[in-house]
Amino acid sequence: MSLEILGITVLWAFLFGYVIIGSIDYGAGFFNAYSIITGKQHILSRIIQQYLSPVWEITNVFFVFFFVGIVGFFPQTAYYIGTIFLVPGSIGLILLAIRGSYYAFETYSSKGHKGYAFMYGLTGLLIPASLSTVLAISEGGFVYLDGGGNPVLDYTALFTSPLSWSIVVLSIVAVLYISAVFLTWYANQTGDVAATNLMRKYALIWALPLIITAGGIVYELSFHNPSHYERIMNFWWMFGVSFVLWALTVWLIWKRKNYGTAVWLLIGQFLFAFYAYGISHYPYILYPILTIHEGFTNRAMAISLVIVFILGLALLIPSLYLVFKLFLFNKEYVQGKYKK
Amino acid sequence: MLFDDPVLASRFLTLMTLTFHIIYATIGVGVPLFIMIAHWIGIRKNDEHYIIMARRWSRGYLVTVAVGVVTGTIIGLQLSLLWPNFMELAGQIIALPLFMETFAFFFEAIFLGIYAYTWDRFDDQRKHFLLLIPVAIGGGMSAFFITIVNSFMNSPTGFEMVDGALVHANPIAAMFNPAMPTKVSHVVVTAYMTAAFLLASIAAFKLVKGSKHVYYKKALYLTMKIGLIFSIATAIIGDFSGKYLAEYQPEKLAAAEWHFETEGGAPLVMYGFLDENQEVHYAIKLPYLLSILAHSNPTAEVIGLNEFKPEETPPLVVHYFFDLMVTIGVFLLVLSLIYWIGIKRHWVFVKSTLFRWLIVCSGPLAFLAMEFGWWLAEVGRQPWILRGIMTVDQAATTSDYVDVMIILFGLLYIILGVGTVVVLRRIFKNNPIEAELKGTDSP
Repeated sequence: MSLEILGITVLWAFLFGYVIIGSIDYGAGFFNAYSIITGKQHILSRIIQQYLSPVWEITNVFFVFFFVGIVGFFPQTAYYIGTIFLVPGSIGLILLAIRGSYYAFETYSSKGHKGYAFMYGLTGLLIPASLSTVLAISEGGFVYLDGGGNPVLDYTALFTSPLSWSIVVLSIVAVLYISAVFLTWYANQTGDVAATNLMRKYALIWALPLIITAGGIVYELSFHNPSHYERIMNFWWMFGVSFVLWALTVWLIWKRKNYGTAVWLLIGQFLFAFYAYGISHYPYILYPILTIHEGFTNRAMAISLVIVFILGLALLIPSLYLVFKLFLFNKEYVQGKYKK
Repeated sequence: MLFDDPVLASRFLTLMTLTFHIIYATIGVGVPLFIMIAHWIGIRKNDEHYIIMARRWSRGYLVTVAVGVVTGTIIGLQLSLLWPNFMELAGQIIALPLFMETFAFFFEAIFLGIYAYTWDRFDDQRKHFLLLIPVAIGGGMSAFFITIVNSFMNSPTGFEMVDGALVHANPIAAMFNPAMPTKVSHVVVTAYMTAAFLLASIAAFKLVKGSKHVYYKKALYLTMKIGLIFSIATAIIGDFSGKYLAEYQPEKLAAAEWHFETEGGAPLVMYGFLDENQEVHYAIKLPYLLSILAHSNPTAEVIGLNEFKPEETPPLVVHYFFDLMVTIGVFLLVLSLIYWIGIKRHWVFVKSTLFRWLIVCSGPLAFLAMEFGWWLAEVGRQPWILRGIMTVDQAATTSDYVDVMIILFGLLYIILGVGTVVVLRRIFKNNPIEAELKGTDSP
């Protein structure tokens, strides 16, 4: 395996991790806001307080890892993506800040504020929407080079493209679906029947729209970026496996059994789809300007990053295990037997 | 709009973000040490006051860390958004400590989360205390790695530039650049110093406002004593920083000192103002001190600013940043020294309201000194973003709308800043120390 493939695989893994745990976080915030508006607030507030508060900073670090890592392994992306991503990236950052400040200001102090919870919920949809535009941009067709050779983002093309809007819709639907499946399991662990039923209902509602929008994107790519579409078709079996895992997840949720298995199947579903998409995108980071070969850093830097990465994991995996043991898989904590 | 020039706009937005972030980052690095010390004393002396001190400090700390996570994420991404050309070049050689910083912070965040949410889970307080060690180490290492990146910007090493391309990259040599030892130690030590005076000024404020509780007296004595130690350390490291500058960035030192002509036995110029002929008026001149600061020798020759091309010298305003930073640093050193001797010798006036008001000022002053220090470091590096290799003009984004982002982020920082103050006040107002101690002992 060449160093650039190793590098992009590691980064893709971080992004995948962020997509999963970030989605849980974002979706939970939205469901919380939604239930406050519809008057069911107590069902979800406690779960959010218990599960999300200790881990949100960890979630955030996955995102930081991804963008620090990509600058390290592929410094040229800092130039291209940095230049064109100023506006969507800044909007994403401001939304992330609002979200982080909710944790800082609301959950560490006693009483909650409705408007704030609403904003917090809304950012749960807007952050994936703004960040996912980078996926649309990476498909090419929205960036041109000006006289000085600097990349410029064509906002009109981006905002009028059905592809970019489908990707935005997919990101939102995926957030709601992933979050609902996970929280169904978590609520079930806490023994909260009302919350379990509510989250199960949401999971089932968002299951079908997820597959439809995902399929729609592949269809739109056939016009927008035919060469990528062809490569996707070469990996049809990976998407097939993903589809089967999706069907099994929905079936388990429908039958109200093995919610824990359902979560693992869901992770598998996204893992296959995410890597199939990533592999078919190879070798381009930004169609057709930047590939992982041209944008790769020097050998010395790449090797030292890989070494640090391995050492870092040796430190982090036991620590993460401790977090999971204390907060996620600790029956007594999950059932709220400790006071904060 | 506000800025026609994207370079100026990018500089201004970075200035805003860093000025705001550094407040939270300093608390994030500095305060865990104090939580740790208080918790440890509490266990050792079996004194409930210190345990509660650790608990209360950690409660406030949690809020500031959360905001620091947010602003840290912002500056992390803004580096690429505002300085894409710089990150493309620097990414090839200095991405390693950036990557390490993320790991260090990750480590800190994990254990802080555990510490904060497990106060009632351990029967043995010592086990809970152990969780603080990774928090403090993670915070210190974060500062260590990120300051390495900044020191690299001041003295880039570990590579060669051939026809605009970076070759022979040695990421380890880049990390251990000449600016690294003084810069890193200065940042870490002043973070502890600032945190000490921050916590001292809170305790002093409570005492001034009429609380007679021994809890605050213990907190004040503890933090002032540690503040004194770190003030002394800061002064010593500051002296080394002067020597580093004289050797590797003489233009920065000369600009900070308004030292124009190369000469031996150079005086240290404090304050004053410049006329159009670059004559210094009304300044305090401390004879030979600049030569001592630069080379430990009162007659040594110090390079003046006139030796450099005018377009490669920093703005002369950094002189005031330097003077204010040093003045505050000396004031805090003297204040904590008098307090410490005064307590040992039972001087009454260190317990007077006036003296306590001075201590109340020490926290905000320490933060001001730190801001001056960063402005000196960053503005003093101008026009370079990577000294001698890339200027800020070459590094900045070519994208439009940076000025709009200034307004958006400006509003965000106002909201976050005000929010922090409001929330911290609410947390402690609703749960005063007297209420928290009730049932555990009598004051």
